[in-house]
Amino acid sequence: MSYLGVNHDKCILCGVCVDSCPFGALKITGKLEVLDSCRLCKVCIKVCPEKALSVAEGSLTKSDLSSYRNVLVFAEQRDGELAGVVFELIGKGRELADKLGEQLNVVLLGHKTESMVEQLSKYPVDSIFVYDHQELTYYRPQPYASALEDLISHIKPSIFLIGATHVGRSLAPRIATRLRTGLTADCTVIDVKPNGELVQIRPAFGGNVMAQIVTPNHRPQFATVRPKVMQAAELAPSHPTQVIYRELEPEKLLSNISFLSIEPKPKETSITEADILICVGRGLRKAEDLAIVEELAEKLGGMVAVTRPLVEAGWAPQTRQVGLSGRTVRPKLFIACGVSGAIQMVAGMSGSEYIIAINKDRNAPIFEVAHLGLVGDMYEILPALVEELGRTLTKSKESR
Amino acid sequence: MRIIVCIKQVPDTTEVAIDEEKGVLRREGVDSRMNPYDLYALETALRIKEQIGAEVIVLSMGPKQAEDVIKQAYYMGADSGYLLSDRKFAGADTLATAYTLALGVKKIGDFDLIITGMQTTDGDTAQVGPAVAEFLNLPHISYVKEIQKVAEDQLIVKTDMQDAIETQKVVLPALITVAKEIYQPRLISYKLKLRAKDRNICVWSYSDLVEVKGLLNDETEFFGLTGSPTQVERIFAPTRNSTKEIWEDQPDVLAEKAISKLKELKIL
Repeated sequence: MSYLGVNHDKCILCGVCVDSCPFGALKITGKLEVLDSCRLCKVCIKVCPEKALSVAEGSLTKSDLSSYRNVLVFAEQRDGELAGVVFELIGKGRELADKLGEQLNVVLLGHKTESMVEQLSKYPVDSIFVYDHQELTYYRPQPYASALEDLISHIKPSIFLIGATHVGRSLAPRIATRLRTGLTADCTVIDVKPNGELVQIRPAFGGNVMAQIVTPNHRPQFATVRPKVMQAAELAPSHPTQVIYRELEPEKLLSNISFLSIEPKPKETSITEADILICVGRGLRKAEDLAIVEELAEKLGGMVAVTRPLVEAGWAPQTRQVGLSGRTVRPKLFIACGVSGAIQMVAGMSGSEYIIAINKDRNAPIFEVAHLGLVGDMYEILPALVEELGRTLTKSKESR
Repeated sequence: MRIIVCIKQVPDTTEVAIDEEKGVLRREGVDSRMNPYDLYALETALRIKEQIGAEVIVLSMGPKQAEDVIKQAYYMGADSGYLLSDRKFAGADTLATAYTLALGVKKIGDFDLIITGMQTTDGDTAQVGPAVAEFLNLPHISYVKEIQKVAEDQLIVKTDMQDAIETQKVVLPALITVAKEIYQPRLISYKLKLRAKDRNICVWSYSDLVEVKGLLNDETEFFGLTGSPTQVERIFAPTRNSTKEIWEDQPDVLAEKAISKLKELKIL
């Protein structure tokens, strides 16, 4: 099939062709782009001063692209437990599939997968594709990529989403490269245009720049999605789900990597890695009261951090200290309780994504950096937060 | 053992400005440095060199001024360096970058191990390492945090898979990407700087790499912007959380409102 070919090495982006096109099918977006509305009338070829345009015969035509349909989601698992991001991908994938009037399918790789298949089938998924092999028990790049390659060449999805976990960020480039298609890392916003083009928005430069990325001429359109950003799917037990088991030839399961040991990671990690930090300062009256803060941290799945005076008093180790003389942190949520907000402390946490400050003093400097300030006594507000969380968490568990 | 370390020159800061009108990054006046994560990759190679003996080769893609980071690698102890530089390579996405680097590796020839940083500070994708491994049909291990044992033909490493620490053995040749915990990178040595003062950097252009294209068993070329499947449609500044709210109320009311706010923001 013919299409309008652009020789980008010759093109000087003069825009003459854009102005001449009767169909408005040419656009300059950093480079010259040919839109779907091109009728191959060849007017642009005649006017181009650099002879950069020509009629070309292409391998990936529009009809090739349209042979790819449906959304596929990767169901990451460890030891028979599905990763939390899987349900978020199902939520987003369902939304995209519905917008396009297409199907949402899930691929699960592992061993002894029965209970995970059952769990997935309760969600609004149209088909679950399963590769159950002992060699796929734990993630290894090459066998996993081979299984996905097998499935993708079989079902030809238009969109493929993987969670941007360590496994996902290792696996996705592997399979995208094997298929010679585009991959966008760590997306925080995903949407789809009416023509089926996936809009992928992601942070770069440590979050100082957002980039909107498309994969116009390659399929599948492939993205890793940052965990805890998308809304998790709701249960849909009445949604019919088909389960399809597929097999992989033994030679595709081979790998030069073998496991010597796998140890679950100890929960005690550095405060610099925590997604949620509850930081307590001089508002704390005695060391024993840290228990109240610990309780909230546990409920939120976060860690307790402290300011310098508490370390000096010997109430907490220095590894927990936030600030210039401690650690610099940038969690998703930072709750400062009884922290005045001295500049040396603020320097270590002002990059946090969302900051809540709890302080009795309406004029405390911490309220200057906080997104949300709660004026009041931490000794009253913290237990109230714990209680409120207990209520809402039981509610969401019941609905699962 | 021959080790290839992939390094990249990145802007010295992540505080980049956006030209709102043109929708491009303002790169003028921004200093460059070696991608900080690559220092750990280079350090890992140098430790292996000290332990069992190895030739450490650095490989980069970028404009001519990226020679600076190769020189820096020399001053830290690298033995030789290659820069892939051509206008045709510019504007590459991760697939095109990995393709170009993989051709560079093929042209260098013999190697046992490729080491890359975990990610860069400009793109933050962590994709190029695994993609290079796929082009070269090598096994790869990402997020390596400890080298437990290294021999001529195999490597035993600990890797951080977030919910577990895995100890893996890989038969070489292979590619690893290393996390920050692995070693503390050394500083530039003045002695090495003097010694490497006149050391050559080998620069390869498009025509050099096209010669070895056949080695990747792929007819199609993936160089630069035109060879990149992904396209940046626009770049923009993130919307800052500029709304500041301060609430005064009864503790239980504050708690309820705060929790529903966190749910609304999808933090919980």
